[in-house]
Amino acid sequence: MSYSEKVIEHYNNPRNVGALPKDDATVGTGLVGAPECGDVMKLQVRVNPDTGVIDDAKFKTFGCGSAIASSSLATEWLKGKTLEQALEIKNVDIVQELSLPPVKIHCSVLAEDAIKAAIADYKRKQGNGK
Amino acid sequence: MLKLPIYMDNHATTPLDPRALEAMMPYLTDRFGNAASRNHSFGWQAEEAVEAARKQVAALIGATAKEIVFTSGATESNNLAIKGAAHMYREKGNHIVTLVTEHKAVIDTCKHLEKDGFDVTYLPVGRDGLVDLDQLRASITSRTILISIMAANNEVGVLQPIAEIGRITRERGVLFHTDAVQAAGKVPFNVDAASVDMASLSAHKMYGPKGVGALYVRRRNPRVLLTPIIDGGGHERGMRSGTLNVPGIVGFGKAAALCREELPAESARVAALRDRLYDGLRRNLDEVFVNGSMAHRLPGNLNLSFAYVEGESLLMGIGDVAVSSGSACTSATLEPSYVLKALGVGDELAHSSIRFGLGRFNTEEEVDFVVEKLSAVVVRLREMSPLYEFARESGKLLKMAE
Repeated sequence: MSYSEKVIEHYNNPRNVGALPKDDATVGTGLVGAPECGDVMKLQVRVNPDTGVIDDAKFKTFGCGSAIASSSLATEWLKGKTLEQALEIKNVDIVQELSLPPVKIHCSVLAEDAIKAAIADYKRKQGNGK
Repeated sequence: MLKLPIYMDNHATTPLDPRALEAMMPYLTDRFGNAASRNHSFGWQAEEAVEAARKQVAALIGATAKEIVFTSGATESNNLAIKGAAHMYREKGNHIVTLVTEHKAVIDTCKHLEKDGFDVTYLPVGRDGLVDLDQLRASITSRTILISIMAANNEVGVLQPIAEIGRITRERGVLFHTDAVQAAGKVPFNVDAASVDMASLSAHKMYGPKGVGALYVRRRNPRVLLTPIIDGGGHERGMRSGTLNVPGIVGFGKAAALCREELPAESARVAALRDRLYDGLRRNLDEVFVNGSMAHRLPGNLNLSFAYVEGESLLMGIGDVAVSSGSACTSATLEPSYVLKALGVGDELAHSSIRFGLGRFNTEEEVDFVVEKLSAVVVRLREMSPLYEFARESGKLLKMAE
């Protein structure tokens, strides 16, 4: 299989690899996928409580190059977005941006799921905090 | 000087040895005759070349020339052996025994026969990839006509105990076919020593050209008869019609002769390269697991799982090195390798597997390059693997192999 230039670029220079403190109230963590399926994504967002804007995002991914590129791109897009704007990121946007072939569409779906899971986790923490 | 890219996927195919190409060249140009033309020198020339090649191929496996049937490749050989014997001996019985780790050309042929009313037993293998001989004995019934067990596996390189299997099949009066594609020319393989009745061979796995293979069909004790699967002009003792691929066969013969001459030295050299690769990777990395028996293995094979790292992403990182992976992402089916599954390798480690196939043209310099390059990629990918992070946090490193 040949990869698009953008996938290769993200694979070689992944943005925002790392971890945020998962117990921090301003951090939301999304963990999706399963090792048996060959894909696990952990995506985290840190939200500025005053503005409601995502000011940092990190990821770690076990998966193919397309999965790594999808999560790397997602973290790039998340920064500076409000939670509502973040939830508007759809897997098809990722497919388009990275020119993913049909067999790799599930990687983009996983990235969208990871975004939703991270935001849901953040919201849950905020809800519990109040 | 190290030349990139490096080819380390010699189970998929091998490069054509220049000496085999040289032998082929006249038959691709001036000597273009049809080996079946009986009335002129073009035909005689071609026939003579084919018969010389037949002797060379036979000599590699301890057979006689008349027992070699040339085919288009090992997939055809496996089809001819299994379907041909099944249909020829149908009156005697309808039961076939094979292994779950066989090549698809054997498994899918058996599945096809199941639809035609044959019963097939797919024996499991142990963690080491080896067949259990007691299980094999127990699987044979009065209806069993054929046992098809590969000599060496194409993914994990595991060598089956074919001599022991041959003893059992002789004792029970059952035909023994072996897919010897990966073994022939790489390890000693003799049809009499192993009591093999049929053996599939492929030229392009032993530094010959693609598009040509052979089926060894025993002529004495017992004389094996096969129903052909391709009908036509009655070539190859009626077992395989079709104009012979003369240049391919000549290249195959030369390749077989070279393997025979160079086998002892080459297998030792390739095994040393393989061990150098394994030792180097183990020195640089923890949590690297071998899939399949290390003791019963082709000299050029190494199948490793690099825990916490997905195989396709590994391949992407070592773009200058041609190897293959058992990861689902590299297959069309999105299923990880059925061979690794049969060995009891968990899906997670199957996704993390890489198959190295070392061969005649690999060098120490190449091995050292691969060790360093691959180690660096594994370290980098582990740093971005959530599974590695979780394992480190929970102190569960090394638990995955359990």
